[in-house]
Amino acid sequence: MYENLILILDATLRVSAPLILAALAGLFSERSGIVNIALEGKMLSAAFAAAATASVTGNVWLGLLAAIGVSVCLSLIHGFASITHRGDQIVSGVAINMLAVGLTVTLGRFWFGLGGQTPALPDSARFTPITLPGADAVADVPVIGPLYSELISGHNILVYLALLMVPFVWWVVFRTRFGLRLRAAGENPHAVDTAGISVAWIRYRALICAGILCGIAGAYLSTAHSAGFVANMSAGKGFIALAALIFGKWKPVPVLFGCLLFGFLDAVAIRLQGAELPIVGEIPVQAIEVLPYILTVLLLAGFIGRAVGPKSIGVPYVKTR
Amino acid sequence: MNDSKIPAWVNIIVLPMLNIFFAFAFSAIIFVAVDVNPLEAAMVMVKGALGYQEGVGYTLYYATNFIFTGLAVAVAFSAGLFNIGGEGQAYLGGLGVGLACLGLDQALPFWALLPITMVTSMLFGALWALIPAYLQAYRGSHIVITTIMFNFIASALMVYLMVNVLKLDGQMAPVSRVFEQSAVMPMFHEIAGWFGWSFSESPMNLSFFIALACCVLVWILLWRTRWGYAIRAMGSSPSAAEYGGINHKKLIIIVMLISGALSGMLGLNEVQGYGQQLKLDFVAGYGFTGIAVCLIGRNHPVGIILASLLFGVLYQGGAELAFDFPNIDREMIQVVQALVVLFSGALALMLVKPTERIFVLWDRKKKSLGKAQAEA
Repeated sequence: MYENLILILDATLRVSAPLILAALAGLFSERSGIVNIALEGKMLSAAFAAAATASVTGNVWLGLLAAIGVSVCLSLIHGFASITHRGDQIVSGVAINMLAVGLTVTLGRFWFGLGGQTPALPDSARFTPITLPGADAVADVPVIGPLYSELISGHNILVYLALLMVPFVWWVVFRTRFGLRLRAAGENPHAVDTAGISVAWIRYRALICAGILCGIAGAYLSTAHSAGFVANMSAGKGFIALAALIFGKWKPVPVLFGCLLFGFLDAVAIRLQGAELPIVGEIPVQAIEVLPYILTVLLLAGFIGRAVGPKSIGVPYVKTR
Repeated sequence: MNDSKIPAWVNIIVLPMLNIFFAFAFSAIIFVAVDVNPLEAAMVMVKGALGYQEGVGYTLYYATNFIFTGLAVAVAFSAGLFNIGGEGQAYLGGLGVGLACLGLDQALPFWALLPITMVTSMLFGALWALIPAYLQAYRGSHIVITTIMFNFIASALMVYLMVNVLKLDGQMAPVSRVFEQSAVMPMFHEIAGWFGWSFSESPMNLSFFIALACCVLVWILLWRTRWGYAIRAMGSSPSAAEYGGINHKKLIIIVMLISGALSGMLGLNEVQGYGQQLKLDFVAGYGFTGIAVCLIGRNHPVGIILASLLFGVLYQGGAELAFDFPNIDREMIQVVQALVVLFSGALALMLVKPTERIFVLWDRKKKSLGKAQAEA
């Protein structure tokens, strides 16, 4: 029983890491007033860029860099449309998602000729699990042993990075001048403008931060979690991250818990596949899979708590003269 | 004439054309990047989509889907609502059609079944839009997010139903049984045959004409009825509409029901016409393409028919591309579609200012010329 629990929690961490990164990316952009349904597309493109670069150069760090570069570029397109030209933020998000699905497969076919996949990466071109000091030594100690050696140790570096990003993002958004301005741009951009600060520049910077985080999330998918890119491998994770962002009410720590909860549900769904439970019998996997979406809808509707977003979210800022 | 205004024809024809031109120009760059001559590719696509009867049939079959989903997005857009849930609503609509066919295909002849499948497709689609609509109207939750969530819920629901309930015993593939031939939509080549016109076989079917009828009905609804007036009023200024005595909560529900019903009717074409059985993923992104169709069609039924034809050509032509060029497949069309959404939707305002400037200059020149002539 205990070991099962540790295994599920271990899987939870692995599934949650990209959700955490993507949700924090969404936090930056949505706090600054830009609805970001393009998380999915940015992540997918980043995953492709990471796998393609890593397989060509054999260097996973160059892959990560390429992923961040591509994702930031898409963020800048998003910004160019929705900040500079005051286009609809959702429409530009839809466009980026479509572009990612089409372009990754098209370029993948052209470059690698594997029907849109990238070649399988060797371990040297991937982020591999790190064994923390002492993990092997305590592995046989009851209770604490499995907890440390299975759950805490033995993840790749991006998992730890994702967890460290939570306090970092909290610090940036709530304890720095940039963070204050960022939040103000999402609540009351006119006030920001009156103080002589450019709303557009703040929103652009927020989108660049989002691009960096989405880039890491994408690289995680293709070079850490799996060994290579397959078509549409983000498979809705960007939207789950968006749901977690809303579920966490646009605050870093609750967002972390939202991601962990959704990751946990995912891990449980995989383990419960076909298993008979006492009393209720076999639970269809799909019922657990949809829980993140249903919970988010209920929360948005105010049936379980209330999620109120930044006030000026989704509204292009028009400077008044 | 006001100097800062551009003439209506520029707004309706020139600007959308310019946007599409930009989208195609960028697509051409990507074609070049994957070593395909864009002009050659365009020729292949046009030929494949319009060059022979079967191709035309396929083009119009795709266009049928786009008309339904495009109209669905447009009706919601007219009221200022962004229904991004066409995908899920169409999925459920198809389920409605499929269930009606599976249940009644042995009992009823086609002409008795058709009204029932039409009603179930609309009903299921509308019901899937009702919950997000209710939550937007009465609980203030953002319709974009809820409809996205409902797309995923619809997809999980369908997987569950297909795998656990509707799958045939002793079969691996999650598909239902094939409907009786009597339940299937008359294909266009059959209809043409009734009038003595021999047309090549294609999946184009009666639902194309149902889609056209929907265009007329939507046009009447939006521009010739009180509801339509209220919808457009709410779309252009919610506060003014509210002040004018329009109950916006009720209207949100009505608009989304209509929008969901239109999406749901995609099931008529895709399930009762093309698939002839229930299976997974038959919506295949048509719901999202509806957004592109609506953006190019500028929310107007006539524009939507034209845009649907354009996308029909792209889809059918895109399928043909794969035969001639080993480097590309239908995913390339997704790229073109994305660029169209980007330029016609997100960057729609980009070209307005420059175009305005050109017209103001042109206008001034004409006036000064006229003055000079008058003085002479």
